Amino acid sequence: MSKRVAITGMGIVSAIGNSVAENFDSLKNGKIGIGKISLFETRHQNEILVGEVKMSNVELENSLHLPHSHNYTRTALLGAFAVKQALQQANITDCNDKKTAFISSTSVGGMDFTEKYFYEYFENTEIERFITSHDAGHASHEIAELIGLEGLVTTISTACSSAANAIMLGARLIKSGRAERVIVGGTDALSKFTINGFKTLMILSDTYNTPFDDNRKGLNLGEAAAYLVLEAEEVALAAGKNILAYVAGYGNANDAFHQTASSENGDGAYLAMEKALKVAQILPEAVDYINAHGTATPNNDLSEGRALIRAFGDKVPAFSSTKAFTGHTLAAAAAIEAVYSVLAIQNQCIYPNLNFKTPMQEFHLIPETKFVSAPIKTVLSNSFGFGGNCSTIIFTK
Amino acid sequence: MAKCFINGIGVIAAQDVLLPTDQFSTLNEDVNLAVEPVYKELIAPNLIRRMSKGVKMGIYASQVALNEANVTVPDAVITGTGLGCIEDSEKFLKGILDNDEQFLTPTSFIQSTHNTVGAQIALRLQCKGYNFTYVNRDSSFEMALLDGLMQIKADEEQNILVGGIDEVSDHTIKLLQIAEIIRSEKNKNAALYAEGANFFALSNTKQENTYAEVVDVIICNQVADVNTWITEFLAKNNTSISEVDAVVMGINNTEVNVQYNQSLLAVFQHKTILHYKHLIGQFDTASAYGLGLAAQYMKHKKVSDNFIYSGSIGSVQQVLLVNQNFGKDYSLVLLKEAN
Repeated sequence: MSKRVAITGMGIVSAIGNSVAENFDSLKNGKIGIGKISLFETRHQNEILVGEVKMSNVELENSLHLPHSHNYTRTALLGAFAVKQALQQANITDCNDKKTAFISSTSVGGMDFTEKYFYEYFENTEIERFITSHDAGHASHEIAELIGLEGLVTTISTACSSAANAIMLGARLIKSGRAERVIVGGTDALSKFTINGFKTLMILSDTYNTPFDDNRKGLNLGEAAAYLVLEAEEVALAAGKNILAYVAGYGNANDAFHQTASSENGDGAYLAMEKALKVAQILPEAVDYINAHGTATPNNDLSEGRALIRAFGDKVPAFSSTKAFTGHTLAAAAAIEAVYSVLAIQNQCIYPNLNFKTPMQEFHLIPETKFVSAPIKTVLSNSFGFGGNCSTIIFTK
Repeated sequence: MAKCFINGIGVIAAQDVLLPTDQFSTLNEDVNLAVEPVYKELIAPNLIRRMSKGVKMGIYASQVALNEANVTVPDAVITGTGLGCIEDSEKFLKGILDNDEQFLTPTSFIQSTHNTVGAQIALRLQCKGYNFTYVNRDSSFEMALLDGLMQIKADEEQNILVGGIDEVSDHTIKLLQIAEIIRSEKNKNAALYAEGANFFALSNTKQENTYAEVVDVIICNQVADVNTWITEFLAKNNTSISEVDAVVMGINNTEVNVQYNQSLLAVFQHKTILHYKHLIGQFDTASAYGLGLAAQYMKHKKVSDNFIYSGSIGSVQQVLLVNQNFGKDYSLVLLKEAN
């Protein structure tokens, strides 16, 4: 298991941009993507703020040149849009010229269409084709077909940590020699289902989310998709590819505390970070920047903060949550934050944790609040989800 | 490199028959519900009340597998499911649609995520290790198995619980009948559907009760030439079609599948072929039942006639499992007699 895992391409669509460059520009210039919901009607319209992708389904369909008879839901559309960018950057025209796998992730799958047509399916034959676009594997199958990939295709759903696990599995497939190249990431569209779900849990904020602030009120949901092309280093070098960064470490653990809440001391989060450092074979002090999960819920930020202190002691590296820009994009979150982590290495910078004013009472952790230049060799990115699923990925220069 | 053994199996299926050496009857219903065990034998009654069927089936089957393997807490829990916790998803969605997003309670939302079964197993066992859920139609279970196999072979973990769970739910059944995935008046040739939970305790250590060794697993979303694909997989594992004693195939002979099954069967002419989907139904993780069947066959050296598609039952050292649906999500699993 000695092969190094190189990143050679990235694609992203989020509330702060429809490309890698647009996302970076927004992060650099403090342009947030949070606002009132416009995608669909909901009675919570005036009580919540969300991070919507600024492209309609029709615009996405057109840019993908899909036939009229397609059965992509928004989750699949966003995913396909981001995958195509990633392949382009990695300069891949034939997905099958190397042993290639595709690992996607999603939490809602095609729920955005199921909730629209749930009862109408019984009356309207025109929309029947969308019935089979409900399951989480649908988008992955469609995207694999669109890019002509014949190989291992799979989908992961571990709630808000899903895409981190896709990256982890991709790295492990390459290290074990089962794949030479793996396209990894996640996609999730906004849906009434998730908005109401998080609403019943009373963890949605009615203001712009404020990660790691003592007065934080909860999260803003968002939608996004992002994918990275991972390649065995020797394969990438032989093809003369530009290596953007490396996936150096990964860790997965379960908090085993509660179906939706994180444990007080962040056991799962701590274990995931510890494992990732071990796999990367680095000491905690080698980490230059942490892209925190930082959802801005009272529970997450306290639990994650405590885990950071357990893992890094009194020398917690510079950290920030970028969710004030994008909202919490669920299964896609770890994928967009992987793109941001790689961009931090490429551009030698740290992103601001927006909306932070008051340090939390429980500890003295102050996130970076400005866009700053800094020497960045190693970035650690956290993602935690319902079901106690905790994952950490470490990216290096 | 370590070996990966199956040391425990837990099964809940559409027929209440524990061993594949017993007599089964062919399914007739469009949708066949699982025969549920007496859960309170293994799960506390106050917990049972709050659990959806998928969670109950998953916890029960996983506990049976762990008990048999004599494992208290595994190092990792890896599950596969096609539709996930569809019953709670439906319940929460109906609440949203029927009452205009009002009067909702979080319980069904909390239990609707695809990783609920894996999470509940971890929570109950206080297993803080690796925890993954795969949700990729007909190869969901095989990916869980491959993941577990990779970790045991690489000496990363010693005991791993892997399983597949799928439950059926009323509204989704009706929709899948409209889509002609499940048999109904609309399409008499669609699949007889079912649900179930199949769990396996994988270990790097052979025990007295070990069923078989999992040698290798491969998954491919589309296969142009099945003969070459299968031959290469076997060659990579230093064996060949002629050395495989039996093939366990997930044959779901619906109209759309006939051509794909025919090309697979052509690869295995004159071989002993076992099948099971006519007895336990079609669902995304039905092939996990096939692994249990193959493992039982290797251990007991016999299966009931109900499972025999062609050939005869005899000595068995190597078994190949083959599965696909709609010409997608092809998987192969190679088992060897444990030694």
